[in-house]
Amino acid sequence: MKSITQVKNKRMRPRCSLPPRWSVPPLIAEFFRGVRAELPILVGVAPFGMIFGVLALEAGLLPIQAQSMSWIVFAGSSQIVFSQLVHLGAPGWVIVLTVGVVNLRHALYSASLAPYLQRLRPAWKWLLSYLLTDEAYAVAVVNYQRSPEPAVLAANEQRIPSAPDLRHWYFLGAGLALWSCWQLSTAAGVFLGAVIPQSWSLDFTLALTFIALVVPNLTDRPTLVAALCAGGAALLAFSAPYKLGLIIAALVGVLAGLLVEAKA
Amino acid sequence: MNIWLTMLLAGLVTFSIRLSFIWIVGQRAVSPTLRRALRLVPPAVLTAIVFPEVLMPAARLDFSLGNYRLLAAILAVLVAWRTRNTVLTILVGMLTIWLLQGILSLP
Repeated sequence: MKSITQVKNKRMRPRCSLPPRWSVPPLIAEFFRGVRAELPILVGVAPFGMIFGVLALEAGLLPIQAQSMSWIVFAGSSQIVFSQLVHLGAPGWVIVLTVGVVNLRHALYSASLAPYLQRLRPAWKWLLSYLLTDEAYAVAVVNYQRSPEPAVLAANEQRIPSAPDLRHWYFLGAGLALWSCWQLSTAAGVFLGAVIPQSWSLDFTLALTFIALVVPNLTDRPTLVAALCAGGAALLAFSAPYKLGLIIAALVGVLAGLLVEAKA
Repeated sequence: MNIWLTMLLAGLVTFSIRLSFIWIVGQRAVSPTLRRALRLVPPAVLTAIVFPEVLMPAARLDFSLGNYRLLAAILAVLVAWRTRNTVLTILVGMLTIWLLQGILSLP
């Protein structure tokens, strides 16, 4: 009991000592801390968004469709895959299925953040889930693991009002910073894509971008085996019906990686 | 299927995956096998896209030196491996392919 009061006092003191005219509302401060943490990542995201815009137009999408996909789907690699499949003439259900497979990894992020978001209202859960990209997750999860856990205090002694948990504002700041960057860089890519001639082979940036994303992560045998087997299977299954080759190849790769891991 | 409808469904699927555990409040933990499988999905999917892009430029396997994409991709893999730098990897790959195409187009 005593220790809780002490913690509470420690928490309150700095805020009370500030003169009112200097104090930024804590949730706004938290929001902008999130924005600031996301900024370095945006340097890498902006070219990726532009590449998506260019590739989407080359695949035959209209500028308005390319731009809309960036807020409707809002998941980089899967948007590029989407355009690629449109270009190949895949049926809609195969496109939806493939996008789902490419984005399955987000279930991991969802599971990892779920305990922290437990106490939020449904509207917050929906909003933060919409913003749960690789890049926002990376920043938000570090903040959740680093900062203290006021929620635990509140649960121990409900009548003592502890400092409110504002870490979802940090997450919102990081997520919205990334979201804005993604929309703007898509627009820039759509503009460039309309100007740059086909002979520049810009569609090759697709393969190069994915090489740049994958190769640094091939750090252990299961991952390497999964990648190589998936690549090989994609060549063999290239003319599979309904353009299902990509999903088949992904399954083959994941199974091969799991087998290697089980043996080790 | 209409492209707008496809896009909407793809967006709904993506959103549902992101909401999944946050919504069911993380009561159930992800099993270790599923966790490992999910970690292997991105390298598998992305490589499955890269291989045909690079090795089948005309919808046919092409391992010859005349396949510029293959040469540029090998160089890009080396750059990505040594530097882990995304922008540099893309730049080196594009410069290589432009250079090779430029040499070809000379009389």
